[in-house]
Amino acid sequence: MTATEPDRGRAAQPPSADRPRARRRRTLTQKDARTGLALMSPTLIIVLTVVVLPLIWAVVISFQELTLIQIGTADPFSGFTLENYERVLRSGALWASLATTIGYTIGSVVLVVFLGTVAALVVRRPFRGRTLVRAAFLLPYVAPVVAVTFVWRIMLNPEFGIVNEFGQNVLGWDEPIPFLTQAVAHWKFLGLSIPVPTALLTVIAFEGWRYFPFAFLFIMARLEGMSREPEEAALVDGAGPWQTFRYIVWPQLVPIIGVLAVLRTIWTFNEFDDIFLLTGGAAGTQVASVLVYELLTVQRNVGAASAMSVVLAVLLIVMLGVYVLIMRRRGESL
Amino acid sequence: MTTATASAAVAEAAGARALKPRRRPPAARRQRAALGILRWVTIALFLVATLLPFLYMLLLSVRPIESLLRNPSQILPSLDELTLETYRDVLAPVADGGQGFLTFLGNSAIVAISSVVLALLIAIPGAYAISRLPFIGRRQVSALFLATYLFPAIIIAIPLFVMFTRIGLRGSLAGLVIVYLAQTVPVAIYMIRNYFQTVPESVEEAGLMDGLSRLGVLRRITLPLSLPSLMATGLFVFMIAWNEFLFALLFLVDKRPLWTVSLGLSQLSGSIEVPTTVLMAGSVVLTLPIIILFFLTERLLTGGLTAGAEKG
Repeated sequence: MTATEPDRGRAAQPPSADRPRARRRRTLTQKDARTGLALMSPTLIIVLTVVVLPLIWAVVISFQELTLIQIGTADPFSGFTLENYERVLRSGALWASLATTIGYTIGSVVLVVFLGTVAALVVRRPFRGRTLVRAAFLLPYVAPVVAVTFVWRIMLNPEFGIVNEFGQNVLGWDEPIPFLTQAVAHWKFLGLSIPVPTALLTVIAFEGWRYFPFAFLFIMARLEGMSREPEEAALVDGAGPWQTFRYIVWPQLVPIIGVLAVLRTIWTFNEFDDIFLLTGGAAGTQVASVLVYELLTVQRNVGAASAMSVVLAVLLIVMLGVYVLIMRRRGESL
Repeated sequence: MTTATASAAVAEAAGARALKPRRRPPAARRQRAALGILRWVTIALFLVATLLPFLYMLLLSVRPIESLLRNPSQILPSLDELTLETYRDVLAPVADGGQGFLTFLGNSAIVAISSVVLALLIAIPGAYAISRLPFIGRRQVSALFLATYLFPAIIIAIPLFVMFTRIGLRGSLAGLVIVYLAQTVPVAIYMIRNYFQTVPESVEEAGLMDGLSRLGVLRRITLPLSLPSLMATGLFVFMIAWNEFLFALLFLVDKRPLWTVSLGLSQLSGSIEVPTTVLMAGSVVLTLPIIILFFLTERLLTGGLTAGAEKG
């Protein structure tokens, strides 16, 4: 189709008429460029004013010593100090919450990807009611976070929650487990006492429950796009189910799982709602974003809160940078 | 987990043996049968895990609180104690002794619907520009969008809080809509762009040649062709706006008449005065619109989000 215009032009006009056509062409491209920028501008304005500008401002604040009331009235370009960073980096709170965040992130990402893969594999072959089953699997992800955290809190409640009732009546637990308020439990096993971070594990389990549909969705899409032929050939050659999975299906899933793991890592690392609503950051679940919230609202220390979130963002960027480097080294594209 | 790995190990061993005779031995067939059973067990477990919390929510919401406290291990309420009083309590305005969730529902609806309309109005031209028009900085824009997702939302909350307080947007639903737009438009552009790219450029060029302007092409040709993806995108924005919690908390916490349902439920679930079963009714009210929308459009939504993922 693109070729039609010049062809027609050449047929109708002698070659000497080349120049005006070239000019018209260029102005069309220029016009398109201008239209493009115009069409893009509402988005750019919103993102720049509501995301980029506040980001830059947050970085500036992190180098100033201000209280919540002073912000906005104080000169935004004066009084620079490293005190916030010094205080944040020296305090044990940052490192403790970072350790929690990292454990929480690794645990949830692994669980999400594992559950998502298993769920996608079991509904791969068509069966009656498959559409409904798939929709049901997606429910935890689409339901409002406030509602599902509330139900989980009630279900896990030590006094009247259904989980503890079930545990005590059916599984024979001696006493109810305070899933969301107990920092550490000691499991007796072969005469050893093993410390178990109850609340943290519960929050990770919630994360797995809530976000496995996300992984499920993408892995399912990938499975559906796969050609069946290699698997059928393997079946003819006598490969078992595990071999087929290990050598044919899995290698095709690795790229999408890599992308999922990166996305989930970024989002889990910054996760706030789930933990805040489940435990409020108590019982050994104070991840970094909850700590920032606390610095901001309880201690009202804006500078420290900003410094803390800048440290987090830098850490995330470094981790992603390392990941990209490793991928490049392996010769894989992202 | 352990059974799965064990059977998998057995399967591998058997499979290795099976390679030589090029014929399926009974062992492999037995494994396939076992895997078939395991598959159904897994599906059942997943269904229980995903559905049970919602069922529990629904069943608790129609019981009086005394019944729950008296007999917590009973899941199904007995027929004579079934009540809709909880729903009356949660929906009625505060003046009538209720919790005012009807107002909250209205607020959530206003916020979510305006976010959808505005996000589409902003994202459609943007997506068209990114997929078709060679403007300066086209490539950098995508990088910019990606970068915004690296930072925790709470980091921009601090300056936004101050900015919006200054210009009087903080205690208003409009301020919330603006934040949701910033959060959803980049993803919306990505979703719509994926679809625009499947519209053949030649169709558009035909339109251009017939004298349509770029905007005319977008309105008359590209948009009608991408209606399903627009609906999927709209739904996505609706869900984000309806479910959002953090910014609603930061901007509106001291203005009860403007609370969204999410904020209302989270605030009231912290207090002891409101009975759990009434709050469960509130959870149902909060969750139901999303679930209904989702079941009506599940196919559209799942297709829209993962478009392009098939190729890995």
